[in-house]
Amino acid sequence: MTSKSSTPVLATGTDDPTPPPRQRERPRRGGFPVDVRLAGLVGVLLLLCLVGYITRPDGFLTEANISTMLRLAAAIGVVSVGMTFVIISGGIDLSVGSIVALSSVWMTTLATQSYGPVVMVLCGLLVGLACGLVNGLLISYGKIVPFIATLAMYASARGLAERLSGRRTQVVSETGFTTFFRGAFLGIPVLIWMLALVFAVGWVLLNRTNFGRRTLAVGGNAEAARLAGIDVKRHTALVYGIAGLCCGIAAIMVVARTTSGASTNGLFYELDAIAAVVIGGTLLTGGRGSLIGTLVGVLIFTVLNSIFTQNNLDTDIQNIAKGVIIVAAVLLQSTKLRRRIRKT
Amino acid sequence: MPSLDRRRFLWGTTALGATAVLAGCTSNEAPQAGASNAAVAGASGANSQPGKAVTIGFSAPAADHGWMAAMTKNAKAQAGQFSDVTLKATEGTNDVNQQIAQVETLINDKVDVLVILPFDGKALTEVGRQATDAGIQVVNVDRIFDTPLAYRAWIGGDNYRMGVNAGNYIAAQMKAKNISSPVIGEVAGIDSLPLTQERSKGFKDALARAGFSVGPRVSAQFTPESGEQQTANLLQGASKLDALWNHDDDQGIGVLAAIDGAGRKDFIMVGGAGSRNMMNLIKADSGVVKATVLYSPSMASSAIALARMLGQAKGIGDLAEHEIPALITTYSAVVSKENVDSYLDVGFDS
Repeated sequence: MTSKSSTPVLATGTDDPTPPPRQRERPRRGGFPVDVRLAGLVGVLLLLCLVGYITRPDGFLTEANISTMLRLAAAIGVVSVGMTFVIISGGIDLSVGSIVALSSVWMTTLATQSYGPVVMVLCGLLVGLACGLVNGLLISYGKIVPFIATLAMYASARGLAERLSGRRTQVVSETGFTTFFRGAFLGIPVLIWMLALVFAVGWVLLNRTNFGRRTLAVGGNAEAARLAGIDVKRHTALVYGIAGLCCGIAAIMVVARTTSGASTNGLFYELDAIAAVVIGGTLLTGGRGSLIGTLVGVLIFTVLNSIFTQNNLDTDIQNIAKGVIIVAAVLLQSTKLRRRIRKT
Repeated sequence: MPSLDRRRFLWGTTALGATAVLAGCTSNEAPQAGASNAAVAGASGANSQPGKAVTIGFSAPAADHGWMAAMTKNAKAQAGQFSDVTLKATEGTNDVNQQIAQVETLINDKVDVLVILPFDGKALTEVGRQATDAGIQVVNVDRIFDTPLAYRAWIGGDNYRMGVNAGNYIAAQMKAKNISSPVIGEVAGIDSLPLTQERSKGFKDALARAGFSVGPRVSAQFTPESGEQQTANLLQGASKLDALWNHDDDQGIGVLAAIDGAGRKDFIMVGGAGSRNMMNLIKADSGVVKATVLYSPSMASSAIALARMLGQAKGIGDLAEHEIPALITTYSAVVSKENVDSYLDVGFDS
């Protein structure tokens, strides 16, 4: 791993196997720079909301529109949770969009639909998990770099999705599935509940469990983590498994939203997810990251999309704005980092 | 160790079981075999009599969406209809170099007529010329070559008229309902493609003739997912909407899901391309979908029929011309409840 700043801190922890990653992480998360960046990010989000409100006072901050925005953020949000884990562990996953496509197709074949909604859901989750684990095994035990292993999955998962579906759009006729996932619970759409649940579980997993601390340790310095007694290979495989499982959940959401499974689902999810994770403040080199930042990152892009549509503006300007936001966020991140390295 | 073995056994069994379940979920075979649903040209008239044997080479892009899949399927079905036609179809590809190589192979195979639906008309022009120079008659389908030197005949759709007819239909409906200043929305396809620009221009021009204009407009990616996302946002921005034109019935599944999700019934929707799914909805007449404007993949069937006639040096029976015309533009008919029954045969599975 090329991570520079974290190595010395971690190395001091080798005499005590379990807590070192935590010792390394704790002062930083409570520390000043993280909060400033997150506050800045939330500021951007609020600013965008303000712009939306000013340009469309009657249509933007309505309950219906907020609900629509969150529903649209749900699938990519869940994928981004998995991506956050992968990137924190020092890897990258280019296959998420293709796995979403494959899961969505597999769970909507006529055979799966004939077994009812429960099997459809299980099928979506299993396919996602299995693809993720294959990624993980190839990377950890097959020693293929993440970029290449997931690139292979990127190609072959979508290929298999096309094969299974015959490149057709498979409309869901199973009404039990659509009624539940397109419905609402306590007045809030089920998809939004799912998004909240995945984020909550992800946050606890990352910040309050050994698993999360190990993920940070592996991403910070894999060799040091290994010396500290962490089974790095197994851990890496599991992290990609989580990312795959998230894709399976996202596939359920996409199928619910579009009432169909298609091999074209999840196009460019990998890019959107990586963008959201990066502007959320997770280091692409691994070892540090924030799920709340990722959530804000996802919301920024969703709000941006909504503002442009509500004001009937062309998508080309929107893409420019998207690029500017990514660059600005990363610049902010790197100057912060440089300043901190100089200080220590 | 025993506990580890047991754990491994349990995990192994679970994994095997999961694999078995997943493997059982891959089939897409309908319980009862559905009717064959390819659009083929009628088998009547003097031209339908078997004649000289013709070998037709066929090359098309990958069948990666319903419309393109129907193009290949129709071409094959039409060829199967003729006892005197041998079809040599190549595997569809979206790689231009690959398609050029495929066409070159067909040229070397000395087929009598070539039917080419290029992934990119400009990029395939040169190989179309090569074929023509080698004495093979080329039928260019839909995406036109840069020069007539590269094809003997062209058959394709009319994107501009698709927009015009959608606009005319919506304008007529608005006038019939006495809506003086309607809000008319548009869900376009990929905006950077010339075909989308032509469709939008036709739509705009037709509405302008009626004194209307296009209101909220979004562009999707021809996929159900993008259709859902863009339409959900569009509906949020347009609290009042009287009509909506969606360029493409493949993405229309997502567009309808968004309309359903928003619980909106206050406007009429017109589709584009003519999928079986949309035609069934038009026929049922229970939702917002009232019509769809054709850009029918039946043109692929016609292209094979044309190729056969070229190979046998025949003309089109009812025309005075001795030869097959060089350019044939299909008509983007409006399919509505009144005439949907006569168009169900050209509807394609999205």
